[in-house]
Amino acid sequence: MRTIDQTTDEVLELAARHFKVPRESLSAGDDFFKKLGIDSLQALEMLTRLEHHFSIELPDYEMQGVSDFRTLATRIQARL
Amino acid sequence: MNSFTGTTLSWSLRDSAVELELHRLPANEIGSEMLAELEQFIAALDGFTKQASSLIVHSSIASGFSAGADLRELYHSSLPLDAAARLTGVREFLHRIHAVLNAIDDTPLTTIAAVHGICFGGGFELALACDLVVADKMARFCFPELRLGLIPGFGGIPRLKRDLGNAVVRDLLLTGRSINAQKASTAGLVSQLAAEGEALSLARATAAQVAKFDRTTSAAAKRFVKPIPYEDLRREIDLFCELFTRPAVMEGLRKFAESSDALPYLP
Repeated sequence: MRTIDQTTDEVLELAARHFKVPRESLSAGDDFFKKLGIDSLQALEMLTRLEHHFSIELPDYEMQGVSDFRTLATRIQARL
Repeated sequence: MNSFTGTTLSWSLRDSAVELELHRLPANEIGSEMLAELEQFIAALDGFTKQASSLIVHSSIASGFSAGADLRELYHSSLPLDAAARLTGVREFLHRIHAVLNAIDDTPLTTIAAVHGICFGGGFELALACDLVVADKMARFCFPELRLGLIPGFGGIPRLKRDLGNAVVRDLLLTGRSINAQKASTAGLVSQLAAEGEALSLARATAAQVAKFDRTTSAAAKRFVKPIPYEDLRREIDLFCELFTRPAVMEGLRKFAESSDALPYLP
């Protein structure tokens, strides 16, 4: 079982790789819409990649109001 | 007409398949212009039944297959009208799009939707009219209509009920959540999963296989396993129109139309 820190790290790693930003430029408390410069469509794409990576289903309504990596990781952790 | 290039879509005959390509930016929203070109396609479709064995519907737009009905157009065209005229316009649009999707559902050709990216609302309903759905593993399917105070209006619920157990239908409809292609495959909506960027090539390979069979037999098999739920489709139009008259719907459409986001009803 992953810890929340491991899950957060994997989320940050995946976001950095997919959106081609340096991993060290991202931190858990960042607003991913602002930091990655993404819109809702790209956020949905990230959600799909996270579902594949963690082998979970993460309903998009659970992302409503969520914009920082740490909270996103918490939502994922609840389904691992 | 063996090929056509319009402003929202194109079609051409390639080997044994007619390929209908959607290419309206930003996300293949189905509005009056695409509807008119879809009607042109349907008028040409009968002519293909002697030359082709399948129809592939796909999108060349990066964001995906289709974001669904053009809600911004719906809002702006409804705004200057009184309630009765709005309703008349919506009902007429629904009857026309139903005629298009019923014709795709009913064609003796084997129909394949090659889906990538977003496949939402009316786009999802177009895919559901097809016999087979081949989906890129990054595709997502969703009926977001309840977020606007509506139900799917292009035949989505009757066709979803035809294909799936009612528990999944209720989940998709009543939560408005999107599901990925893997989940859609497990549920029975998607028959083949493709690697990223490979949905069209898998659809073409499937069309090549379909072409090996006797067309009369294939068409008979299709009619046998895929009855068209006409009565439910008619009831869906009535229910949509009943809901559309409520003030909350115009308010939901206004918020949608005034947002500059690609998918305003998503997080």
